Amino acid sequence: MVFYLDNNVKRSLPDDLMNKLGYQPYKSTQIENKEVSRATHKVAISTGDNKVSNSIKEIVANNVKDGMTISFHHHFREGDFVFNLVMQEIMDQGIKDLTLAPSSLTNVMNNMVVKAIKAGTVTNITSSGMRGSLGDAVSHGALANPVIFRSHGNRARAIEQGDIKIDVAFLGVPNSDRLGNANGMDGKAVFGSLGYALMDAQYANKVVLLTDNLVPYPNTPASINQTQVDYVVQIDKVGDPEKIGSGATRFTKDPKELKIAAMVNEVITHSPYFKDGFSFQTGSGGAALAVTRYLRESMKNSNIRASFALGGITKPTIDLLEEGLVDKVMDVQDFDKGAAESMHTSRNQQEIDASWYADPYNKGAMVDQLDVVILSALEIDTKFNVNVMTGSDGVIRGAIGGHQDAATGKLTIISAPLVRGRIATIVPEVTTVVTPGDSIDVLVTEVGIAINPKRADLIEAMKKVPGVPVFTIADLQKRASEIVGTPKPIEYTDRTVALVEYRDGTIIDSIKQVKD
Amino acid sequence: MEIENTALAGTLESSDIQIMISKGDGKITIELESDVKKEFGDEIESVIKQTLAASNIESAKVKAVDKGALNCVIRARTLTAANRALGIADKPSWEVL
Repeated sequence: MVFYLDNNVKRSLPDDLMNKLGYQPYKSTQIENKEVSRATHKVAISTGDNKVSNSIKEIVANNVKDGMTISFHHHFREGDFVFNLVMQEIMDQGIKDLTLAPSSLTNVMNNMVVKAIKAGTVTNITSSGMRGSLGDAVSHGALANPVIFRSHGNRARAIEQGDIKIDVAFLGVPNSDRLGNANGMDGKAVFGSLGYALMDAQYANKVVLLTDNLVPYPNTPASINQTQVDYVVQIDKVGDPEKIGSGATRFTKDPKELKIAAMVNEVITHSPYFKDGFSFQTGSGGAALAVTRYLRESMKNSNIRASFALGGITKPTIDLLEEGLVDKVMDVQDFDKGAAESMHTSRNQQEIDASWYADPYNKGAMVDQLDVVILSALEIDTKFNVNVMTGSDGVIRGAIGGHQDAATGKLTIISAPLVRGRIATIVPEVTTVVTPGDSIDVLVTEVGIAINPKRADLIEAMKKVPGVPVFTIADLQKRASEIVGTPKPIEYTDRTVALVEYRDGTIIDSIKQVKD
Repeated sequence: MEIENTALAGTLESSDIQIMISKGDGKITIELESDVKKEFGDEIESVIKQTLAASNIESAKVKAVDKGALNCVIRARTLTAANRALGIADKPSWEVL
């Protein structure tokens, strides 16, 4: 018999599992003011000589043991060569029962993880998300233990608090010297900011850098530095530069996306936050990039400059920096070549780690200073709860990323079409709650906007904006449902395959195994 | 109405459905491929069946490859494929439309 308890977004959570893992249900977006302690980690003292090795085999054999927690970063995205190389070696050595704790898992890693699960090499996973064959396998019950999904800020918190204790971090870098001074900007497979990997470098017991570009000592600028690194392993290629980011960013020509983007821009410019010195995060994706373009025009016309742009950075944001419309870019990750390359030349493009970016348990994260944020959604429901994790068929196919974290911004806008194909984006109840409706302020669709009833000030401000019709979210949901019809409810088994943490480490929702 | 020829309507573009109708064996059989089969499979099949019934077709083999089409699109593609299969595409039975 499975007992369930409700949390504050009315989701039933598996009581037995919650107790076993010592979890509390999600309560509130408010982060309590309290004192916390930081986890400690082991340091193998060294003068720094003899760190270089050509044998990943030897490094794995000497450092990875059954039951350990290992980590990777996902800055190489679909161009990653490091993950599969290291995981294959670990599997070849017959190591079992590992916890895999990467910053996220990209498609290029899927088959290897599925293989490692089947072999018993990996028995626990915590990640920002997963997609494709891996998401499918996990949703069909491939892993005995539930996957723990954490946002980028929450992963930083979990590492600092010791919820994630990394034994060995394998971090690919496009350059390093023989002691481990490295950055993400120089070399062949460059990705710019090392934001997410900086947490691992700081807190893992053992830090193994893998590089295809050993440079003279000392290497500067150093994002990861020699005081943190145990080994520097030379490999042939860390990644495929062509697949790290989308090459040249193209603006969408999709009229629906453009209409949504133009309306998002209207909402921003008519909000009380659009004034000199404001800050914003737009993220990637067609509509988000188009928003950046519209926002640029509005900023120029109104003679307004932004104090900073935050988050995953793209070339259009860098263009604003170069034009003097944005003073600083606070950069945890770069989505394209243009953004990665400009890190070299612009001292106003500051690399920040995941904690600085979004961790709720430090002395002040950038997201808490954020005015305007534009986020996407797979689904949003009539209570403004957002799902970015599971598809309408209940299968895992997404990632939290910085969604929960950035949503704490003062004006959080979800940009989403009413429907995608035959799937409604606005639904009576989301398949999985990832970001609570309490932190969402405005939904922008191609037909109009809906404002969270809690934001009376915004309802007032948006009353008479030309070209921006205001609806209730229930109206928009009804409209979507009239177009596509009512889907059959998803059938699940009783088994929990994943738990979704809120950014403070409480549980906001669980994901069940799908019946097929 | 008796279907003798095989006919096709629709494309494999997103939000469309491709319907292929051929000679049946006394009943309507539908082979459906769809990304939203779990959510809308039954509804898609029922729309196809209703559309064929309205054209008085009681025997047909239907192969449907759905790319997230809405009901109106499914109806239109099914009807067109049926009219082509019956050889009446140039003089459709208007009362069915």
